[in-house]
Amino acid sequence: MRARFGGLLFLALAATLPLWLRDPYFVAILTSTGIFIIAAISLNLLLGFTGQLSLGHAAFFGIGAYTSALLSLGFDVDIGLPSPVVVDPKPVWIAFFGAVVVSGLFGWLIGKLAFRVRGAYFVIVTISFAEVMRMVALNWVDLTEGPMALNNIPPLSVLWPGHGLTALVTKSQQYWLVLAVGVVCYFLVARMVRSRLGRALIALRENEPLARSVGVRVTHYLVVATVVSAAIAGAAGALYAHCVRIVDPDVFLFIYTVTMVIMVVTGGKGTLAGPVVGGLIFGLMPQALRGTAPPEVQWIIYGIGIILIVFFLPRGIVPAFADLARLRMPALRKPASLVR
Amino acid sequence: MTEVGENGAARNVALDVRDLAVHIGGLVALGGISFQVPFGAIVSLIGPNGAGKTTAFNVITGFMKATDGQVFFRGRDLARLSPERIAALGMVRTFQRTSLFTACTVFENVLTALHLRGRTGLLGALLRLPAMQREEAALHAEAREILDFVGLAGRADEIAGNLAYGEQRLLGLAIALAAKPTLLLLDEPAAGLNPSETESFKQLIRRVRERGATVLLVEHDMQMVMSISDQVLVLNQGRMIAAGSPAEVQRDPEVIRAYLGSGKRAAA
Amino acid sequence: MEQILQHGLNGVVLGGTYALLGIGLTLIFGIMRVVNFTHGELYAFGAYLAYLFVALLHLDFFLSIALAALAGFALGALIELVLLRPLRSNDIDTVMLVMIGAWIALQNGEQFVWGGVAKLVPSPFAQEPLVIGPVSVAPLRLFVLGATLVLLVGFYWLIDRTRLGMAMRATFQDRDTAALMGIDVRGIYTLTFALGSALAAIAGALLGPIFLVNPTMGNLVGLKAFAIVILGGLGNITGATIGGFVLALVEEFGAGYLSSEYRDAFGFLVIIAVLALRPQGFFARKARVG
Repeated sequence: MRARFGGLLFLALAATLPLWLRDPYFVAILTSTGIFIIAAISLNLLLGFTGQLSLGHAAFFGIGAYTSALLSLGFDVDIGLPSPVVVDPKPVWIAFFGAVVVSGLFGWLIGKLAFRVRGAYFVIVTISFAEVMRMVALNWVDLTEGPMALNNIPPLSVLWPGHGLTALVTKSQQYWLVLAVGVVCYFLVARMVRSRLGRALIALRENEPLARSVGVRVTHYLVVATVVSAAIAGAAGALYAHCVRIVDPDVFLFIYTVTMVIMVVTGGKGTLAGPVVGGLIFGLMPQALRGTAPPEVQWIIYGIGIILIVFFLPRGIVPAFADLARLRMPALRKPASLVR
Repeated sequence: MTEVGENGAARNVALDVRDLAVHIGGLVALGGISFQVPFGAIVSLIGPNGAGKTTAFNVITGFMKATDGQVFFRGRDLARLSPERIAALGMVRTFQRTSLFTACTVFENVLTALHLRGRTGLLGALLRLPAMQREEAALHAEAREILDFVGLAGRADEIAGNLAYGEQRLLGLAIALAAKPTLLLLDEPAAGLNPSETESFKQLIRRVRERGATVLLVEHDMQMVMSISDQVLVLNQGRMIAAGSPAEVQRDPEVIRAYLGSGKRAAA
Repeated sequence: MEQILQHGLNGVVLGGTYALLGIGLTLIFGIMRVVNFTHGELYAFGAYLAYLFVALLHLDFFLSIALAALAGFALGALIELVLLRPLRSNDIDTVMLVMIGAWIALQNGEQFVWGGVAKLVPSPFAQEPLVIGPVSVAPLRLFVLGATLVLLVGFYWLIDRTRLGMAMRATFQDRDTAALMGIDVRGIYTLTFALGSALAAIAGALLGPIFLVNPTMGNLVGLKAFAIVILGGLGNITGATIGGFVLALVEEFGAGYLSSEYRDAFGFLVIIAVLALRPQGFFARKARVG
C-alpha cells in the first residue's frame, strides 16, 4: 500500500515536472535519462528477472534507433540485386512500430542462441553482437551514412485535442512523450513478471534444473524474455532517434550497455523500481559532477562505485532500502517476495 | 502380463526401461539395466554408493543422455525429449541434494511449480484477462491444498532458504507434486531426516500412491525401503543384481555381498 | 604468391602476441572462470608503461619491456588480491560486475593520466624493412616474433617442467585435491591471474611500438582475446596458442582479400560462429562448456 502511494506520488511529480522546472536544459537531461531508464527496464527483464547475462543491449537500442530513423527518412541501398532497394519515407509512428518489430526480431535470434550458449559464453556473444552492429553501422555508409550520421530525422507527432497534429519538438513535449512511453513499458514489464510467465522466468533464474523438472520450457521462455526485452530497448532507441533527431554509430558503443547494466544492478536487478532508481542516479550524476571533475574522473568514480555496491549492497539499492524499511517498521514485515 | 505396443514398449506399466546404458568418459556408470514399474506401485532402487542410481534417474528424466538403451513412459519412447517435456508428460523427479527456489517464499515455490497447471502466456499476462485472473485464483487454491497435504501450510510465508532441513525436503516433495506427476521419482527423499521425519515422509509417500501416482524411489534407508516398497531393485556398479519383493531381495546373497563386501573389502 | 607469403608473415608476427594474450586469458577465464574485462586494460597498461620507460625515462628498450611485464604481474596480483579473493564464493555475475567496474576505472585512469592523444613508442630498430626473398619485414616485427616465440617456449617450460607449473596444473584439474595435497590454492589463483595479466602486459609492450598507444586500445584487444579463448577452448593453453595464430591469420587474409574496414569484426564473427557451431572450441579434447 505504501509502495503504491509512493509510486503514484512519484508519477505525479514526474508528470508535472516541466511545469515547475522551467529550464529546458534540465528537462532535456531528464528526457534522455528517461530514455535510458526505459532501456534499463528492458535490460532488467532479461538480466534481472530471467538471469541472462546479456551485455549487448546497446545493440537492440541502436537497431531500434537506426530502423526508425531509416524508415522515417526513407533510404535506397544497393545490395547486389539488379536494381537498388528503395524505401520511401514512412509515417513516423509506422517507423517507430517498425523499429520495435525489427529489434524484437533480433531479440528472437539472440534468444534462440541463448539456450545453446550459456553463462559466460553468452556474455561474450552479446558483446560481440553489439560490436559487429557498430562496425556495420560505421562501414555500411551506403545505408547508414557511417560516421556522418543520419540527420534531420522527423519528430514524432500526436493528435492533440484542439491543436490537431502536433510535432513533438519542444523539450517539454519530448519529456512527456518519453514519460508516457516509460510508464507504459514499466507497466508492461510489471504485468509480465506478476504472472505465470514471470514466475517461469524467475524460476529459470533461481534454479534452472528445478524449473525444468516441473515443466518450464527453457528455450521458449528465454526467447520470450529476450524478444520483449529487445523490443522495449528498440522503442527506447526509436524515441532517441526522434527526440535527438541524429543517429550515429556511437549508439552501439559498449559504454552505453555498461551504463544500462550499472543502472540495473545498482538500482536492484530483479526489482521493478530498481532500473528507475539506478537510472535516475546514473543519469543525473554526470550533471551533478559536471564542472567539478573531468569526465574521466567521473567514470573512475562510477567504476569504483560499482565495485563498492557489489561488495556492500550486493542486491542493489532498492532491496537494501526495502530491507531497512522492514527492519524499522515491523508492521511491514512481509518477507521479501518474488517481485518488489 | 505385459502387453507390448507397436514401438515394442510395454503398455500397461508406467515405466519400461530396457538395456539402459550410460558411459561417461570411459567409465561405465550404467551397464545395461532393464526393469519395469507397474502403475500404482511403489518401487525402490537401492545399491551402494556409486552404483548408478542417480545416474539412472538423470537419464530416465532427460537430464542426461543415455549411451544406449530405451526408456518408455506409459508406452511412449522418451528418447531425446527434454526434461521439461518429460515433466509435461507426467514424470516428475526430486533432487538428491535439496533443490528449491531458495530466495522465494514457500508459497511462491509451490505456486511456481504449478506451472504446468496454467496456460496463461505473454498475451494473457499483459492484458490481465478475466480468464487469467480465474486461473491465478485456482492456482493459488491448489498451492494451498498442496501445502496442506505435505504439512507446510503454517510456513507458507517463510523464505524457502530459512526452512529447517526436514521442512525443505517436504517442500521439495510439494514442488514435485505440484507438477501433477503420474510417475514420481524421489531421489533419496529421507536423506538426513530423523526417524520421526522419516516416518512422516513414509506416510506421505503412501498417501501420494493412494491418490493415484506411481512412485519410484532411490533410498539408502533400508527400514523405509523394506516397509513401503512393493518391489525392490538392486544396483551395483552400474548393473542390476537383484529384483523382487523386499523379503526376496534381503535374502539374496549377491545383494548382501554388494553391501557388506566379501571379507576385507567393505563397501566404501 | 608474394602477397600470400607477406600476409602469412604478418599474420604470424601478430599471431605470436595474440597467442600470449590468449594464453593469459584462458588461464584466467578458462580456469578461474573469471570474465576478465581488465585483460585488455592490462594490455594497454603494458603499452603505456613501455611508452613511459622508453620515451619519457629513456631506459633501455628491452629493459623497459621486461619492466612492463613485471608491472603487469604486480597489477594483476593486486587486482586478484583486492577484488577477486574476497568474492571467491560469489556467482559469476557478481565477479563480472566487479571486473567491469575495475575495467572502467582502469581505462579512465589511463585516459586521465595520459590524455586521449595517441602516443608513439620509439624503438631502437631501423625503420628500413628487411627483404627476405619475396617478403619484407620490419626489424621491429622480427624482434616481436622472436620475443613471443621465446616467451611461448618459456611459458610451456614453466607449466610442464617446473614444480610451480605442476602445482598450477593440479589446482586447475581438481582444486580440492590440490588443497589436500598441501598446495596453496588461493596463492595459485593469485599467481595465475598475475601471470595472465603479465602476458597481456608484455603483449602490449611488444605491440606498442608497432601500433600507436591510446587509452581505448584495450577494448578491441580484450574482446579478441576472448575470441581466441573461445576458439581454442576454455582453459586449453595449446588451443589458445593455435587460436591466436589462427585469428591473426584470419584478420590478415580477411583484411587483405575481403575487406580491410571490417578487419576487427573478424574476431567477433569468429566468436559468434564458434559458439553457434562448436561451443567447446576446436581444440578441446572433451567438452567443457559453460
